[in-house]
Amino acid sequence: MTASTIKLATSAEDHHIARMAAVALGLTVLENAIPTPLPGVKPGLANIVTLIVLARYGWRAAAWVSLLRVVAGSLLFGNFLAPGFFLSLSGAVCSLAVLALSMHLPQRFFGAVTHSILAAFAHIAGQMAVVYLWLIPHSGIAYLIPIFATAALVFGTVNGLIAARFMDNGDKPEPEPQP
Amino acid sequence: MLALRHIKPGDYLTLLSGISFTVWISFTVWSGGIADTALIRSGGKVFKEVPLSRDQQIEVPGPLGSSIITIEKRKARISSDPSPRQYCVRQGWIQQAGEIAICLPNEVSVELTGGAKKYDSLNY
Repeated sequence: MTASTIKLATSAEDHHIARMAAVALGLTVLENAIPTPLPGVKPGLANIVTLIVLARYGWRAAAWVSLLRVVAGSLLFGNFLAPGFFLSLSGAVCSLAVLALSMHLPQRFFGAVTHSILAAFAHIAGQMAVVYLWLIPHSGIAYLIPIFATAALVFGTVNGLIAARFMDNGDKPEPEPQP
Repeated sequence: MLALRHIKPGDYLTLLSGISFTVWISFTVWSGGIADTALIRSGGKVFKEVPLSRDQQIEVPGPLGSSIITIEKRKARISSDPSPRQYCVRQGWIQQAGEIAICLPNEVSVELTGGAKKYDSLNY
């Protein structure tokens, strides 16, 4: 028997991305255990990882982590190519597009909280677009927009604060306990 | 508060715009048009169309008996109905265009209309 191994040439950056995507995936699994009042209202804890990767390794790495998390997460939950997957995907793509723009804001004044809030709003905008154009083409879903917008505001702020806290551990060595 | 140290000045700006956007969109989406007419149906057919400007009580016959619809201060409600579960009575006052109270077994409904109707029909 000859053991056949496939060896891929990987760089240190690939390892970073894989590690971060794994953490994001863990958070996704964790938050799926939290019951939600309305489908679609989720804390989006995995986005904390995306924000940190964006600040430390740039947009390309953040996009990798975010999209890997969406695809691998859908494989874990068994909804790959199901409607839920496309909702996650459209949300992630819109968030990344907005983050690509917002990361050029002056860093002296705008931090992770800004990026997080903007990305959260982009996330629901992308999801609502898919819901309206594909799943429920009825103007009645507009009634849900304020609920999703409030959730985006609250969770965007909280995630941004957590991300900022993690990145700002110079004077505080111990990391914040997981929410 | 410890968490406040991590907020940069521009973040407050984003937070404030986010809050105002959310409040604005809530008001835009959730405040239906001003209602000016109550459309009363019985058995699927329009029984009567009455303006909300005049306070009155209307008795509407249905297969189980008659339902009483009250119009008061530009609001409408079904104040009495022979249906067993009383859902439409418990729904209370309706006042925005597009709102509707339906008594199913008695086949009586009140729909408020006015201004531009938001949709042609709703299916369940």
